[in-house]
Amino acid sequence: MLNGIPINFYIMLSAVLFIIGVIGVMARRNAIIIFMCIELMLNAVNLLLVAFSTLHNDASGQVFVFFIMAVAAAEVAVGLAILSMVYRNFKSIDIDLLSRLKN
Amino acid sequence: MIKLVALIPLFPLLGFIINGFFGKKISKNASGWIASFSVFASFVVSVLIFIELKGNHDMNSHIVPLFSWINSDTLKIPFEFLVDPLSSWFLLIITGIGFLIHIYSMGYMHDDEGFARFFTYLNLFVFFMLLLVLGNNYLIMFVGWEGVGLCSYLLIGFWFKNTAYNNAAKKAFIMNRVGDLGFLLGIILIFITFGSVSFNDVFAIASSGNNATVTAIALLLFIGAMGKSAQLPLYTWLPDAMAGPTPVSALIHAATMVTAGIYMIVRSNVFYSMSEEASQVVAIVGVATALFAATIGLFQNDIKKVLAYSTVSQLGLMFLGLGVGAYSSSVFHVTTHAFFKALLFLGAGSVIHAMGGEQDMRKMGGLWKHLPITGKVMAIGTLAISGFPLLSGFFSKDEILAHTYEHSQTLWFFGQIASILTAFYMFRLFFLTFFGKFRGTHEQEHHLHESPASMTIPLIVLAILSVFGGLLGLPEFWGTSNWFHHHLDPIIAHKNPIILSHTKEWTLMIIATLAALATIFFAYMVYIKNKVLPEANDAKLTGVKKLIYNKYYVDEIYDALIRKPLDVIAIAFYKFMDLQFVDGIVNGVGSAVNGVSSVVKKGQTGHIGFYIFGMVLGIIAILFFTFIK
Repeated sequence: MLNGIPINFYIMLSAVLFIIGVIGVMARRNAIIIFMCIELMLNAVNLLLVAFSTLHNDASGQVFVFFIMAVAAAEVAVGLAILSMVYRNFKSIDIDLLSRLKN
Repeated sequence: MIKLVALIPLFPLLGFIINGFFGKKISKNASGWIASFSVFASFVVSVLIFIELKGNHDMNSHIVPLFSWINSDTLKIPFEFLVDPLSSWFLLIITGIGFLIHIYSMGYMHDDEGFARFFTYLNLFVFFMLLLVLGNNYLIMFVGWEGVGLCSYLLIGFWFKNTAYNNAAKKAFIMNRVGDLGFLLGIILIFITFGSVSFNDVFAIASSGNNATVTAIALLLFIGAMGKSAQLPLYTWLPDAMAGPTPVSALIHAATMVTAGIYMIVRSNVFYSMSEEASQVVAIVGVATALFAATIGLFQNDIKKVLAYSTVSQLGLMFLGLGVGAYSSSVFHVTTHAFFKALLFLGAGSVIHAMGGEQDMRKMGGLWKHLPITGKVMAIGTLAISGFPLLSGFFSKDEILAHTYEHSQTLWFFGQIASILTAFYMFRLFFLTFFGKFRGTHEQEHHLHESPASMTIPLIVLAILSVFGGLLGLPEFWGTSNWFHHHLDPIIAHKNPIILSHTKEWTLMIIATLAALATIFFAYMVYIKNKVLPEANDAKLTGVKKLIYNKYYVDEIYDALIRKPLDVIAIAFYKFMDLQFVDGIVNGVGSAVNGVSSVVKKGQTGHIGFYIFGMVLGIIAILFFTFIK
């Protein structure tokens, strides 16, 4: 029990968030949306880590979360820079346009 | 001085390096003198070491460690040199005769464009030969053994623009490989049996080996000797090796390298005196070779080929001596043979030089008045090899035959026949070359001249040695002390003095002498009185003559028995194994990859969404199989 809420609820919430993220990444073509969905997946994992960290009274889970946030921030910085370059070249951020690497 | 023994091989090595790297930049004279001087320096050191060794009566075997060569778990092989009566004697022969032949070569090769290259190879040869006799273990000996084989190959094929010469070089090399394999297996067997390859270790515990093993070792080593010393059935390379320049024939294929097999067996005499069977094999192969090669020598027309078969025959005689346990007599014969055979080869070289490269005796004749010095020294060499009384060959050959008589009268009989044949074909060569009418062209007759001093002086020195070399080992039954036997005694494990009665020994000596004199007279009657000339047209020969002239067709037999089947097998393997099987696998792998990739590459659409979809499917599959199963 965590603040009166069973751990199962946390797991289900993060699973739902994660699946929304996965579906968003697969289904959407707008790169910004895909980015946001990736963040959603990361945060689903973060939520799970924090929940279990509190449950077990072990701070190392929270340390991981900080690392993930830091890495995600860096990733966004690089990713958005790439996206702005893509936009300059294609006047669009539709990822289906980026198919020149085939074969 | 003995501590400085490493200098002996070092000088020729330096000569090799200088001539090898800078030979083209320095003058011909300089490169010839550098090569000759390096061998002379080795000779001086060898003499000093020999004198010191003889002066020191208590110690006659010195091991000079240089460095640790191979050092791994159980295999420890130090790089050591051994100075003892046997190796010090061979040092004198190699460096002494080597020096004379170097000097001679400066005259003989003077107009050759590969002058510096020739001396480079010659120095390298001397280096390896010295390594061979100096090494204190079988492995160093093997390195020298292979090295001299390499130099022999290089020098036989010295005039590499001639395909026949190149083939002769290859033949020599490949024939020697057969023997070398035997030698190598022998060394491995020695190591397995005794746990060491150093002479002093192995011989100290040799008696602990059982008879079958020792016999196997002795026979394997003998196979090595067969190859290097041109014994039946591996002798055919030596006559072909005459393709090389004549000084090479004298140095490598008469005086030194071909006696390496004898050196090796004398060095390993412990094994041979333990194994009666192996000794018997050595004696029989030796006498068979002596007789076989001597008969071929009777009908050869190429002056160098006659000498080559004579060398094979004489080597056979030495092996006969080894087989009957007369080790020091064999080394004695090696020594005298080195003198007179080097002399004969160099003399033949002088004749060829005068004839402008002609080697066919049918085109010579009457050279005595044109080549007075060469003629006289050739006469001495021919008399010495024929066993003319009091010349060097007389003593050494008699010693071997006396030992053989003691061992087996049948072997003695065949050995005696071989030596009679030797006297005949050598005088045939001598008479055909120097007497009668000149049979060459006018141009050649006009060109005839005595060789320069650089060639005649070595000839004269060798002639003196051929005359007096026998004094080193006067027979004991003359009441004199046999210096040579006393010299070699310390390294012979099982001493074997002649125990025949003096009357018997005198009888044998007189038989040998009379036989030699009668044969010389017979040759005189045939070739001088009756002026018989060899058939000018090879095709007209018939019967036995034809058989012998064609060397018993041994080359053709080997060709049919070994080369042709190998060719057939090789072609079969090429067609089926190589073209079908190996190529099939290689090409199959290639086309399989091609086919699979042409299908798989369709999945590479370039659409990121598709890739992510694939990735998600993959992750789900992994999770599914990991957790649910």
